[in-house]
Parts: sequence; C-alpha cells; structure tokens
Amino acid sequence: MGWIALRMLTGDKVKYYGLIFGIAFSTLLIAQQSTLFVNLMLRASAAIWDVTDADIWVMDSRAEFIDGTKPLPSTDLYRVRGVPGVAWAVPHLRQGATVRTAAGELEQVSVVGLDDSSLIGLPRRILRGNLGHLSAPDSLFIDDVGSRKLFPNLDPVGQEIELNDRRAVIRGVVDANPSFTSGVLLYTQYSNALNYVPGTRNRMTFVLARAADGQDPAATARRIEAATGLKARTQREFATDSIYYVAANTGIPINFGLTVLLGFVVGVAIVGLTFSLFIRDNIKQFGALKAIGVTNSKIRGMVALQAGWIGFIGYGIGIGLATAFIVIGGNNSDTFKGFYVPWQVLVGVGVAVLLMVFGTGFLALVKVLRTEPAEVFR
Amino acid sequence: MRPDPAISVRGIVKDFGNGDTRVRALHGIDVDVYPGELTYLVGESGSGKTTLISIIAGILYPTEGHVRVFGSEIYDLSKNALVLFRLSNIGFIFQQYNLIPTLTAAENASVPLVAAGVSRAEAVDRARSTLDALNIGQLAERLPRQLSGGQQQRVAIARALVHDPRLIVCDEPTAALDASSGRRVMDLLREVAIQADRAVIIVTHDNRVFDLADRILEIEDGRMVGDRRPDKTRPLQQELQH
Repeated sequence: MGWIALRMLTGDKVKYYGLIFGIAFSTLLIAQQSTLFVNLMLRASAAIWDVTDADIWVMDSRAEFIDGTKPLPSTDLYRVRGVPGVAWAVPHLRQGATVRTAAGELEQVSVVGLDDSSLIGLPRRILRGNLGHLSAPDSLFIDDVGSRKLFPNLDPVGQEIELNDRRAVIRGVVDANPSFTSGVLLYTQYSNALNYVPGTRNRMTFVLARAADGQDPAATARRIEAATGLKARTQREFATDSIYYVAANTGIPINFGLTVLLGFVVGVAIVGLTFSLFIRDNIKQFGALKAIGVTNSKIRGMVALQAGWIGFIGYGIGIGLATAFIVIGGNNSDTFKGFYVPWQVLVGVGVAVLLMVFGTGFLALVKVLRTEPAEVFR
Repeated sequence: MRPDPAISVRGIVKDFGNGDTRVRALHGIDVDVYPGELTYLVGESGSGKTTLISIIAGILYPTEGHVRVFGSEIYDLSKNALVLFRLSNIGFIFQQYNLIPTLTAAENASVPLVAAGVSRAEAVDRARSTLDALNIGQLAERLPRQLSGGQQQRVAIARALVHDPRLIVCDEPTAALDASSGRRVMDLLREVAIQADRAVIIVTHDNRVFDLADRILEIEDGRMVGDRRPDKTRPLQQELQH
C-alpha cells in the first residue's frame, strides 16, 4: 500500500509542497539557529583550543572563564613547576588594551603574551611571517580576522600601531579561532606584553602546563590545585567552564532557544494544519479503503510512510539550506569563520522533525482510525 | 431447486445512540439473499436500507442478530478477521465512487488486490484486464477527474470485481448519474456481476432501473415489508404500478 499512500500524498501538489515547505522552513530555522548558537558558544572556548601544547590551565581560584580572571604573581609559575607530574609550565598573559591604528582609529584588542622562548600559546598555523620575527623588539602577530578588521584592504604586515601609547609593528598573521567577542588578538612575547599592558604588580593571567608523559592531565591538575590553592583545569574542562559561563551569564541561550522553539512551533502549525487538511480531504477514501478491507495497521503504515516521506524531504532541504548558509557564510564572511554544522545539531533537528511529523501524523491518524467504514455508505 | 442462500440475516436489530437519544433503525430483520441474482433493497430515505446493507457487508456491527455470509457467521469473527473476510469476499460500489483522485483508473481498480498483498505490477495488470472486460480499457491511464460520472462508476465496478469477490454490495450506484448512464451501469452490473456463486445486493431508490432486478426487498421504518420477484415479461410501467 506504500505506493498508494505516496501517490495520495504527492498527487495533491499544493498540500504536498505546503507540507514540505513547512518542514523545510522549520528545519532551516532550527538547524541554522542551533548551529549559530553552538558555534557562538564554542567561541567562548576558541582561545583555549588554540593553545595546542599545554594540556593544563592554571589560574586564580575564583576564575570562571578565559576573559574573567585575576592576574597571578609570577612566583605561582614556580610553584606550579614544582608540582610532581608537571613536565613544564610557562607564563601566559591575556589582557585588554586599546590600539590606535595608523588611520587614527581606536580599537579594543586582546594582548596575548607568549612564553618568550617556547612561544607556547601561539596558534599553530602561521599565515604570514615566521616565529623568528616575534623576537624582534615591538613585534606583534595578529589574527587573520583582526587584521582585516584593523587594516581593511591593507597588507597588515609592516603596519605600525600604537598599543596603549607604545609603538608596535605587525610582523605576522596567524590563523586563530575568532574569540567570543570577535575582538582583535595581538600575540607577542611575554616580556614584550608586560610593556604593553597597564602596569600592576601581578600581570600573569595563566600558567600553562603540561602533564609529564604517563601522567593523567586531570589528576595532575588536581595535584596542582592541592599543592598551590590555585584553580587548575584541563584544556577540555576549562573550555567547558568557559562555555557554561557564557551560557549562564548572557541572554544568548534564551534568545536562540526562543527562535528554535518558534521554528518548531511554526513547523508544527504548518505541518499539523496541512496534514489535517490532507487527511480531511481524503477521509472518504480512507473510509473506502477500510470498508474494502485495508486493516488499521496498514492504514497506520500508510500515514507513517506519508509522514516519514515529507519529513525526510523537508529535513533534507532544510538541512541543505542551513548548511549552505553556514558554508557560504564561513567562506565569505569573517563573522562565520570556523563555523560548522555539528552532527549533534543534525541529530537534534532530526528528532525535532520526527516529533513534528509523527506527532501531527498521529493526530491526523486518530481521525482516520476513528472513521467507521460504514460512514462511506452515508 | 433453489440454491443455499449466500446471505442469511436473522433477527437483526440496530440501535443508534444511547439512553434517551437511542433510535432503533432496524427492528429484527430476517432475510435470505441467493446467489446468481440481482437483489435490490429499496425503501424511502431513512427506512434503514443503508444500515442493513452496511451490516450485511460487515462494516457495521448489529445490536442483535446474526449474519451468515457464504457460511461464515461474520460477526463471530475477530475484528481483524472480519476485515480480511471483507477483503477476500466482498466488493463494494459506493454512491460517490470514492476513487482515489491521484490514482489512475487502473490503479484505483487494483486497490483490493494491492491490499491483499499482490504486487503493484500484477495488480494493475489484472485491473486493466477488468477494465477491458467492462469496455473501458482505453480509460485505464486517466485520473478520476478526467472521467465522467458514469465512467468513474464503471471504474468503481472494476474495483469491486477485480478480486473476484462472492458478494457485491452497491449503495445507490446510479444516484449520481443521469438516466442513461445509470441504466448502462446497471446493465453492466447485470452482465458482469451475476454469477452462479455470487450474490449482488443493490441499495437503490431509482425506480428507473427496477426492471433489471431479479428480486426486490422493500424496507420501511426498519422493517422488511416487501419481497417480490418482478415479472420481467411485463412492461416496466406495469411493473412499477404493481
């Protein structure tokens, strides 16, 4: 009976396309908004993932996320180095500053101070310049998105800027994940960074450490905490902390959540109404099929197939459009740099579509199953 | 010698509603229907003829009584078995045809076979043969909306016959047709549906086609009030006055 069910469905072009549009639109809205939400949340941890060599971040005991921490005294670096199981530990600085460009414009930036000798904390992919350039006086590397923001239509390498009233020169460009605030990231040696940021007694923001071979980073982090009283998190733990912090302290989850909910409700409304109209228009035919001898289980199968069919096509179109939006946006706009469609979004939206089509299909089916075959004689 | 009845109806009572709103539509109907005959069930609107044919066809449970169709007490069967019994043994022709608008004539006629598990290709092929037998083979690929009322009813007849059922029930098959189309449909039913091992019951109040009946059962206010066999040698007008 499957092909009959599909012919009944596809034969009524207006309702068929209406159902597919409803699901596709709903899928697009839910998938696109969920993807933007997930990627924005991931940006809260982008800078953490850019540090590839260190697997433990040590910070003030009250710190909650990467941009909300209190500087540590430089002696803490040695305390961390003295904890058993720590292979090495280096200082790391992240602090806000103001830049005046050659064109005279002011821009808020983040200065990232890297260990002078190892440069740990610098993103792996260097697009312009080489590591040696960072050892020159007043040298900075800039992230690629920031370079386009500070120097639109200009070659950033060689550009001079005024960073907190001090002269600095851009010597290279790195491929960094944009931060949650989309601010410009300027990388320099730790000793240089100390000159650029306002002077207070303690200016080391983090100690980046690595567990020795054979040591579990999480266990080592717990040991650091016990030995120093500081907060020590593995890379994954700190990334998760930062995401939760942003999620809990901004209106982003509510805003995106409302849009996703709206998408679901719109989908249910369009699909439910259209499916109900479709069933109502075919109720006599379903009644006739029941009279002829089509069992209720076959009728259920027919409606399930119809629901599954429109769900599958609508989902495919919606996901395709959402993916195209993200891919095209990612390739053409710095706003979406690094965005991708996580598989969890695909699964989540799939579940939402299943709920939508089978929920509305079930309601429509009740009407069919309640139809007495004798009604076709009335 | 008269054959065994194809259908035996005994003591059928049917009530609709409950309590104060209960209405008795049938008051203990007893009737036998024989194979090889075109049996008409006639009566005024609201007389109970549609209720009775629905019960005979196994699509409406009676309040009381028994219905035996070709030896099976159909209301003793489980619900699922009754559905399958209808699928195997009964062909339906409805007043409004109830063809699926998005299927071609051949596909519509193939529905009972498909429901019985026959493959699509074979079912449609057999449906085409049935349409050919009804002289509408050339319409096999048309959609219902491309057919006249009479043609649609012929497709419905094909659907009722395609799986070779032993009982055919028709509800006002000519009601939506003009006189000549209605007569052609009834002629067709007489020609193709009547077989020695098949019973045909037609609910109608279309007296233009009474002369084609082998037997006319009259129902009034839920009671059987007439059972006659028209004399086909008499002119139609005399038969109507009889």
